[in-house]
Amino acid sequence: MNIITHGEIARLRRTNPALFSTPLIVRLRTGALWLGFVLAMAFGLWWVDANPMRIVNGLNKLGLLVGLMIPPHPGDGFWDYVHAMLETLGMAFLGTVIAAVLAVPLGFLGAKNIMPNPLFHFGLRRIYDGFRGIDGLVWALIFVSAVGLGPFAGVLAIAVGDLMIFAKLFAEAIENVETKQVEGVRAAGGSDTHVMRLGVFPQVLPVMMSHVLYFFESNVRSATILGIVGAGGIGLQLSDRMRINNWQEAAFIVLMILVTVAVIDNISRRIRARLIDAAPQT
Amino acid sequence: MSTLTHTNGRLTSTTREERLLSFNARYRQQQFTRRNWTLLYGALFLAALSGSVAVSDFSIPGLIKGLPMAWNYIAGTLPTLTLENFWADLANWYWGLRFWLRLLVETILMGFVGTVLGGGVALLLCFPASRNLVENTGIYFAARRSLEFLRTVPELVFALIFVFAFGLGPFAGVLAIAVHTAGSLGKLFAEVNENVDPRPIEGVRAAGGNWPMLMRLGVVPQALPNYASYLLLRFEINVRGASALGIVGAGGIGQELYVAIRQFEYTDISAIMLLLIATTSIIDITCETIRHRLIGQDMQAGH
Repeated sequence: MNIITHGEIARLRRTNPALFSTPLIVRLRTGALWLGFVLAMAFGLWWVDANPMRIVNGLNKLGLLVGLMIPPHPGDGFWDYVHAMLETLGMAFLGTVIAAVLAVPLGFLGAKNIMPNPLFHFGLRRIYDGFRGIDGLVWALIFVSAVGLGPFAGVLAIAVGDLMIFAKLFAEAIENVETKQVEGVRAAGGSDTHVMRLGVFPQVLPVMMSHVLYFFESNVRSATILGIVGAGGIGLQLSDRMRINNWQEAAFIVLMILVTVAVIDNISRRIRARLIDAAPQT
Repeated sequence: MSTLTHTNGRLTSTTREERLLSFNARYRQQQFTRRNWTLLYGALFLAALSGSVAVSDFSIPGLIKGLPMAWNYIAGTLPTLTLENFWADLANWYWGLRFWLRLLVETILMGFVGTVLGGGVALLLCFPASRNLVENTGIYFAARRSLEFLRTVPELVFALIFVFAFGLGPFAGVLAIAVHTAGSLGKLFAEVNENVDPRPIEGVRAAGGNWPMLMRLGVVPQALPNYASYLLLRFEINVRGASALGIVGAGGIGQELYVAIRQFEYTDISAIMLLLIATTSIIDITCETIRHRLIGQDMQAGH
């Protein structure tokens, strides 16, 4: 092993100056980016009024609240909570299924290889993307106003909120279909329906199912809070308990949500792993 | 495979009919199990579906009655824009534009500050939560579980609690976003850390670096582009989330949207929602461009 001496380093520095120093323009750009970042952060902190007094006071109050939450206790509403939780799961499931079913035709419409017109494709994709900008909770608010309080509004909110995202994901799945199998079916004399049924569908279905399961998981999470605006489920119970300052029961409901989400995640992850195994490997 | 060679070995002693018969039997058998699995999944699906319908008050008559109502509602939010008086109508529709823009800026700032604060916490927690970087399983386990807790409790629940503790306003929203972001980014960062090349870490260790130096010089330089990419992705999500936090009084444009929906100010609803869609689309496209550049650089750096 040869040891590099200081002299050698000095020689290298002389012969290859570019390796040892960043150009001025790059340094300036990095500095400007950091400065902009720090300024934006300071402005943001100023805007939201984050002064130390407020933080200390708030933390004190937060400590008090956590003290009130311990130990979590269901009170006498345990079975009500279980029912509300089932309602939440039902909302998430139904909303996901409705969104998935409606998204299949939209996905075919948005796929480049089915609808080759680039203008149409671009416009439709932008619409799909745009709808993602609205949070599920906002949809829930709107549907509570439109169809009244209760889980039905929650189902609609989840379905509408997911529809466009599914449409986009399905379109991408359809675009990524392997053409060899399609050609194979066509070469064996299959009609267009045969091509769809035997060439495209078996490739797309596991991908779609895996997306749907993943969204079911995420919808269970979001459905737990839809009740806060009156769309049914466990969120309604939670916000009620918080409003009447019953923090022990509120903490119990939060724990229930954590356990349920963990269980659902686990089951769905297993099914997804199986689905991906079952998918035809190219 | 083994059955195949097995039958191959006995090829000479069986007749064509026998082979066909055994093939047929195997085919039937496989189809039978497959159909059973499909049936089982189908039955489970139907059970879950009917259970969901039962608990969520979902009914076809309700849907038939509810959908036109929802449609009327959405149609009602559309403003009357006439061609001859287009600009005045538009001004009328967006009467509160200055005020809304201010709230929109607040929403974006909430998303930004929340993402940065949460990202900072995530950066601290992600190293102990990476299996390849800590030897003590107790620390690993504790870090993983706390990240899990932070990200599983819904953001809105944190917001509700923080509104109680820190008072109404965007500060509570920022904290809620930061806490949730710390949980989800911490997990993603840890996954990045688990996939880094171990050789630079060994190099730093061989040169006598302690644990923080290993992280700073061995792990971070490799993982930084991915960190930045996830951070930007989270920023997009958080701006969207910040727009909903106003509903529980945690600042941002959600508050105004909530008022508009509650007081049936129909045209305001559509005006604010379009503003929101436009803002999030712009942010999405910008972040996506930056993300692609970041990851592109990473690939050029050569792996």
